[in-house]
Amino acid sequence: MELRINQKAYQVDADADTPLLWVIRDDLGLTGTKYGCGLAQCGACSVLVDGNVVRSCVTPVAGVVGREITTIEAIEADDVGKRVVAAWVEHQVAQCGYCQSGQVMAATALLKHNPAPSDAQIEAAMVNLCRCGTYNAIRTAVHDLAKQESA
Amino acid sequence: MTTRYELPNLSLDAPVNLSRRHFLVSTAVGALVIGFGLPLGSARVQAATAAERGTQVPAFLEIRPDGSVRLLSPFMEGGQGTHTAMAQIVGEELDADPATFIVEAAPPGEAYVVMENGMRITGGSMSVRMSYPTMRRLGALARAMLLQAGAEQLGVPVAELTTQPGRVVHAASGRSLGYGELAARALDMPVPDPASITLRDPSQFRWIGKPVKRLDAYDKSTGKAQYSIDLKVDGMLHAAVQHAPRLGMTVGSLRNQAQVEAMKGVHSVHTLPGAVAVVAERWWHAKRAVEAIQVDWQEPTADSKVRAMPADFSSDGFRDFLAAQQGPARDDENEGDVAAALAGAKTKVEATYHNQYLNHAQLEPPSALARFNPDGSLEIWLPNQAPDMFRADIARRAGLDPTQVTLHSPLLGGFFGRHFLYDSASPYPQAIVLAKAVGRPVKLIWSREEEFLRDVLRPVAVVKFRAALDDKGLPIAIEAVSATEGPTEAIAGKQGEKLDPTALEGLSGKAYAIPNKRIAQIYVKGPAMLGYWRSVGNSLNDFFYEAFLDELADKGGHDPFELRLHLLRDNPRLTTLLQAVGEQSGGWKRGPYTAEDGTRRARGVAMASPFGSHAAVIAEVSIDKGQVKVHQIWEAIDPGSIVNPAIIEAQVNGAVALGLSQTLLEEAVYVDGKPRARNYDLYPILPPSRMAQVHVRIVESGEKMGGIGEPPLPAVAPAVANAVAQLTGQRIRSLPLSRYTFS
Repeated sequence: MELRINQKAYQVDADADTPLLWVIRDDLGLTGTKYGCGLAQCGACSVLVDGNVVRSCVTPVAGVVGREITTIEAIEADDVGKRVVAAWVEHQVAQCGYCQSGQVMAATALLKHNPAPSDAQIEAAMVNLCRCGTYNAIRTAVHDLAKQESA
Repeated sequence: MTTRYELPNLSLDAPVNLSRRHFLVSTAVGALVIGFGLPLGSARVQAATAAERGTQVPAFLEIRPDGSVRLLSPFMEGGQGTHTAMAQIVGEELDADPATFIVEAAPPGEAYVVMENGMRITGGSMSVRMSYPTMRRLGALARAMLLQAGAEQLGVPVAELTTQPGRVVHAASGRSLGYGELAARALDMPVPDPASITLRDPSQFRWIGKPVKRLDAYDKSTGKAQYSIDLKVDGMLHAAVQHAPRLGMTVGSLRNQAQVEAMKGVHSVHTLPGAVAVVAERWWHAKRAVEAIQVDWQEPTADSKVRAMPADFSSDGFRDFLAAQQGPARDDENEGDVAAALAGAKTKVEATYHNQYLNHAQLEPPSALARFNPDGSLEIWLPNQAPDMFRADIARRAGLDPTQVTLHSPLLGGFFGRHFLYDSASPYPQAIVLAKAVGRPVKLIWSREEEFLRDVLRPVAVVKFRAALDDKGLPIAIEAVSATEGPTEAIAGKQGEKLDPTALEGLSGKAYAIPNKRIAQIYVKGPAMLGYWRSVGNSLNDFFYEAFLDELADKGGHDPFELRLHLLRDNPRLTTLLQAVGEQSGGWKRGPYTAEDGTRRARGVAMASPFGSHAAVIAEVSIDKGQVKVHQIWEAIDPGSIVNPAIIEAQVNGAVALGLSQTLLEEAVYVDGKPRARNYDLYPILPPSRMAQVHVRIVESGEKMGGIGEPPLPAVAPAVANAVAQLTGQRIRSLPLSRYTFS
């Protein structure tokens, strides 16, 4: 099957029900997207599919054929994604960093749909787990991005 | 061990690492290496004398032609910011901007034993505090070598030279040379006598003590940071395992081996001690296949080398068993005459406390990549906190000499104590066997479910307190007898001649002036395998003690904040700290009171002195739909002196999150010898919605430098528990709070 990932076409030989995560990581070698739980619990595997945030560990690869997939590797090619990364660095969000690819994807998806989300919208969208406890830094970074947009 | 740096053209044979590739391209010609020629010697790490420690400059530093500095850190980066701190400390004395540093984990070897206790591990919040003077001196020694090289190259006396960041400067002639231009010559310089080195006056620090940006922030925000689980080498196969449902069980027969071997992508099926494994071309295939294996598991044999988990073990049942233990107990602290004080006391208070088992639940599942090279040597990549100990163990398991083992230590996807040497809880022994068996490199990843099945647990304890109050209601005696097993004695498999300090820390070592006290342990070897969890013994024991102290305050008719101030009246450092957190919160106010949003709230206070630092916490809580909501955490922390206030603030936030997690909702429950939870669905960790606002105040007393990663955690649970007790009138004598019903 053919996948469109980060504006490139890839021919992939995988069973239809293989999770997108493992195609991205093992077949394509794009390891920025992380495996955390395999159950859509933690969000470390978040990618964008047609601009929507999706947990790739439970997304069958056959379901995303013909869709535009974006992984963390191409996030800075997106204007919003680039701003999110800059805010993540500015606010020094990462600790161990393992969940942060997914956090950046979730924030990018939120801000692409809603450039100036309310507090409640931010809370509803930013639900990925972080064991290091970077939640307050994440919140500050997203609020900052939302404020830039509404200002 | 230098191979992968000297042979950039063979990079296909090395793990794919974007940042290193970038480096190899950009510096392929003429790279000056002040380093990597150091023979590693024996695998056994012998502590150098204090005078020699950290003086082998070339083992640590490489300065590239573009002036960037590569530092091999003795300490592992797992989010705590130690690599940035090392760049600040070395850079300060080297006179090189930390932003020009690239920091990676050093290999095993004596050269990197830099801690003042003669060890090299990353743990116990020890990295910075135990290597600070040594790492400063390392930077200063390197600067002296660059100055000497500059003197030779410029043909001027070294005394006429000075430095500015990244450059040797001859002010008299206006000439200067970048460190990158001098490094080749500096390589040949002898390392100066450490006694000849003068360190910078702290008043002149440019980077130490400043909120220098983390070096890994960008890579970790763009997916470029590589963890063990991400690595790949040529010809590599993937492996997954299915563990025995209980530790100690062994593999009988595989009922459907032929069918599994025929599954898509499967290379081979293997039987391992207490596990079956599938090796495949893709990890997904390996995982699917291994989960399809129908194994006849055999009960543990009497000679089992691991701590066998009984079929009837339950965590609640074991807690009751601990509570029933009468002794004998061994004293850790015994001052005054507790028995007499209790006998003569006007008021006596007794209470029994307990905590819960916890998992580490770091986001990166365990993995190990093993490759046997044609010469029989073994190269292995895995997250670890103690490379020398791991290499020795790997060599033993592989039947090799430690010099034949090259251990790489990638970034850790979460620290929390998970990456210590736990015999039954690491994938590398399996990866070694599998790589040997298939004759190709193997990367083994434990699925989240297999990780929850084998993770070592944070210990539980049941603590019986007795205390005596005088006629003013002030505590004059306190006794705590803890039925527990500490993680260190659990790993050893037996009680040592001395008490395991990790069992009682936080009950022991409290600073309150209570004249009669006894802190003792009833050692109870349990069926569950235990390990270190962030803040170790303090993570439970400060909860017990500080919550019981609030009971004493209430019983004696004293405000808990004022009682603590009274009991610390002869301790100016802790008095200052407690007053600081009081001020920070707008003045101590216990409540209950009605907040602006109409919610009823109360506050609790607690203190802890773990890992060489001191912390005071005030928590503000309300009850929302029967659940505890923590609105605010104010935390004042005194680590003596500091290296990076921004990283400290981040570490306090992280410690508060983990502290809230264990307080509010986390619990590893075992029933019938098995964990109830095998993933985050049944083992909830703190989600963003339950995080509190965190306000950090750093108090620099100037005392000996303490730790940062762990000290902010232990006072969180009791501060929350004390606030909840004040708000609800219900004593909190156990964790987590999700077991309570609040209205």
